[in-house]
Amino acid sequence: MCSTCGCGENELTIHAHDHAHDHAHEHPHVHDHAPEARRLTLEQDILAKNAEFAAGNRRLFTERGILVLNLVSSPGSGKTTLLARTVQTLRAEFPVAVIGGDQQTANDAERIRAAGVPAVQINTGKGCHLDAHGIGHALERLPLPEQGLLFIENVGNLVCPADFDLGEACKVVVLSVTEGEDKPLKYPNMFAASGLMLLNKTDLLPHLDFDVARCLDHARRVNPDIRILQLSARTGEGMEAWLDWLRQGQQAALARQISRLEVDLAAARARLTASAA
Amino acid sequence: MHELSLCESIIETLTTQTHRQGYSRVRRVWLEIGALANVEQDALRFAFEIARRDTVADTAELDIVTLPGQAYCLDCAQVIAVHQYYDPCPCCGGFQWRLTGGNEMRIKELEVE
Repeated sequence: MCSTCGCGENELTIHAHDHAHDHAHEHPHVHDHAPEARRLTLEQDILAKNAEFAAGNRRLFTERGILVLNLVSSPGSGKTTLLARTVQTLRAEFPVAVIGGDQQTANDAERIRAAGVPAVQINTGKGCHLDAHGIGHALERLPLPEQGLLFIENVGNLVCPADFDLGEACKVVVLSVTEGEDKPLKYPNMFAASGLMLLNKTDLLPHLDFDVARCLDHARRVNPDIRILQLSARTGEGMEAWLDWLRQGQQAALARQISRLEVDLAAARARLTASAA
Repeated sequence: MHELSLCESIIETLTTQTHRQGYSRVRRVWLEIGALANVEQDALRFAFEIARRDTVADTAELDIVTLPGQAYCLDCAQVIAVHQYYDPCPCCGGFQWRLTGGNEMRIKELEVE
């Protein structure tokens, strides 16, 4: 059993009990009493358990001053190329690490490691998204990028990952110009859940009929607060604005860590004063 | 198909609650799902039939109550009804609104024995 969260190896047990014994469904006598039914009010979020794990992850990230971003997109939007290029620059400035999610293969993690930073791959098997519990376990296999940056590269899927909080500071949705400009309308939940949209592969625009203004308008209809940056991970065009956004986010994570430490410090001082009095 | 994950999460909650609330079977589950939640209700019903097998809820019926989408329009300064994330405000035609209800995914109530 896992000592952190108490999960077993087959974490998801949906069996109420094991079936080593015969079921008593064939009763030797006929019941003449019906079991009493009653109503229970729960009012509990379906994803309450994921939310608990996410809160635990977020607490850890705050304590260690780590900016954590959850990258989401369709398959083939260029997330891994973007990440490889991003970490190559930023690893000289602060610690960087990557957790990648794919149904199969460790190809992406290998590409990130080749770019010079630690990476672990979570294979979700048939699963279509990462969850906060899986991230907690992935963190055990990765040196924590203290006062740095952790990217979580989610499974390529614009539907399911929208619902699962992993403890990140922000979801970043990557959309490439080779996709339809109406993707924000087709997958509104993801664009509504994201704080930043990266429009990638802009070097291909001369060869396409992609209407950038229309695409950005669609994204802002779904989420008026979304920030948008345009870039090409291949040519490097627009990368500097993205890197600056990351540097600012990292500083904000440091500020959160400092606030947290100051609270702890004040509490320790108050205890010392009280015990000396 | 994250609806299966959602149903596994529901079943896990129902199983955990058996000890806390002292029941051995769940007869009926009422869910509240917002109109703008990221959930396909047919897929959710289908997934529930798979997830409930051999659990405390193996014969449980599923009732889904759909909650309406509601938002606050910053330009009109009033509460409006919305059906999609890309709906314009019915009063001003703008998109400067913030969702205040309609993305819920909640286990509301159970009937147990």
